Amino acid sequence: MIDINNLSLTYDNKTIIVHELDLHLEAGSITALVGSNGCGKSTLLRGISRLLKPLDGAVLLEGQNVHSMKARDLARKLGILPQSPVAPEGLTVHELVAQGRYPHQSWFQQWSQEDEEIVSEALRTTNLTMFADRPVDTLSGGQRQRAWIAMALAQQTDVLLLDEPTTYLDMAYQMDVLDLLDELNEQGRTIIMVLHDLNQAARYADTIVALRGGQIVAQGDPQQVMTPENILQVFGLKAEVVTDPVTNTPMCIPIGRRRRAPKTASQAENPDASQDMGQNGRVKMSILS
Amino acid sequence: MQKTTKPIWHTLRVGRFSFKQDRRMLPVFGVLLLLGIAILVTSVSYGDFDISPLDVLKTILGMDTGNSRHELVVFTFRLPRILVAFLVGSALSVSGTILQGITRNPLADPGILGVTAGASLAAVATIVWFDVPIEWLPFVAFGGALLMALTIFAVAWKGGSAPVRLILVGVGLGAVATALTNLMLVFGEINAVQEATVWLAGSVYGSNWQHVQTLVVWLIVLLTISILMARQLNTLGLGDDTARGLGLRVELQRVLLLAVSVALAAVAVAVAGTIGFVGLVAPHIARRLVGPSHEGLIPTAALLGGVLLMLADLIGRWVISPSELPVGVVAAMIGAPYFAYLLYQTRNK
Repeated sequence: MIDINNLSLTYDNKTIIVHELDLHLEAGSITALVGSNGCGKSTLLRGISRLLKPLDGAVLLEGQNVHSMKARDLARKLGILPQSPVAPEGLTVHELVAQGRYPHQSWFQQWSQEDEEIVSEALRTTNLTMFADRPVDTLSGGQRQRAWIAMALAQQTDVLLLDEPTTYLDMAYQMDVLDLLDELNEQGRTIIMVLHDLNQAARYADTIVALRGGQIVAQGDPQQVMTPENILQVFGLKAEVVTDPVTNTPMCIPIGRRRRAPKTASQAENPDASQDMGQNGRVKMSILS
Repeated sequence: MQKTTKPIWHTLRVGRFSFKQDRRMLPVFGVLLLLGIAILVTSVSYGDFDISPLDVLKTILGMDTGNSRHELVVFTFRLPRILVAFLVGSALSVSGTILQGITRNPLADPGILGVTAGASLAAVATIVWFDVPIEWLPFVAFGGALLMALTIFAVAWKGGSAPVRLILVGVGLGAVATALTNLMLVFGEINAVQEATVWLAGSVYGSNWQHVQTLVVWLIVLLTISILMARQLNTLGLGDDTARGLGLRVELQRVLLLAVSVALAAVAVAVAGTIGFVGLVAPHIARRLVGPSHEGLIPTAALLGGVLLMLADLIGRWVISPSELPVGVVAAMIGAPYFAYLLYQTRNK
């Protein structure tokens, strides 16, 4: 569905962020782009959505070069949700979602019956029908993100790109948003998103693409990509990979250099080890146990 | 169980054509219209030569009032200047609405962006240095505003026109233009400087039907374009990336909208000199009344800006009568406290 050939991306023609990258993305799948800060994952997403013009190479959507398509034609096939978008003050959820119809409208056909039905449908899918008349800025973080996703839904594109859709959200809202995206994928949408949480990527993505220095280090299903070696290479972090007790997908447990661990009986015999714990109740409890 | 959502706009459908309009706009528009007519009639009736409001209405509607001087006073002296105040207020308000839309900054207005400063510089330079007929002044001011806008855009351009850069460059260049204007005022010949100062204060004194006609023609064209571009403005309000993702050609639309906004400000400045705060305050109040969607916001802001400036003109003629304050001064006196209030509110959010 999406073929990325020899793609190089830069912001200033000096520093090349994404370097001669090749990638093939399957229709109907969820792909997670992961990597440490500055690895080029968001830049790659911008390149795919043509928010960024390539220095070299091409992005093909169903065989058509994304960067030579008409803006409106592309917007009917591919939707993008930037990271933490902001709606104008006082804009209602319904008004925001209605914006998704922009590429389907013209100067003289501003609001058809069909537009209205599609917006209602998008509001239902995202469970926002009863918030339709509320200003977006009065919603909770999770509802707000759902409203933006509803806007992208109203755009009715087969492909949906999202840049860190769970950033700044509480844990419950993160799950909520990812579950919604999974549901949309089930209905046939191809989803490509940048995620910073590896375990979420492992749970929700069919394919994980791990980047470092603007190049792909590993790609494949979560089982293949989530290995201690890859995590060390991509994030420079020692980690253990265990099985997620809920979903049986791989789960990354970072090791790190320092930690506060509850004392075991063997450590309790060694007073030196408990020195930096302070004399709190938890320590006493573990000594007793 | 499933509630179908009711959009907050009316849709007008004629065959394949469909236009939408905010539900809140109709009542707001109605009230503003009544208010406007009330102020208009009061304003025409007020003056050295008092005419009763009823006679004003009669005269405007072409009925006989039994006093032949009514027609002369209403049509020749009072109505043109009052209508010019309304039209200039409208133009500035819509100009500010568009600027605030494309820069996504609620504090943007034609004055802040340096467009008016450019017009002033051109006009003052002409008054002080060249002995050109006063009728040319509007064209000179218009040229100055346009040149300024082009310069701002050229300087701010860096592979794209980020709103923040537009504002900063506008403020900077505006300051330079104002400094040059002041320099000319300091070193200019005293009579010319006097004339320039009056023009700078922003006044609708001595307006005639020619001014009204010019403004009406320009406003019809520019307002129509603005309203037709409301959807683009709405989409730009979601941020450049989102707008691009929705298929909007962001740079092209921003240039077009900026041109419309500059033209509106330039027309207003050309006829009435520099009048601040209307372009800032009127869009704000309008946004409170009908929300941020531009389909309803632009017409509301147009009407509101006009009514506000008519009111400012009336106050200016009243407070120190028989002398009068230029409308620009009154606009600033009303607008500045509101601006302070806005800042105070933002701080307490």
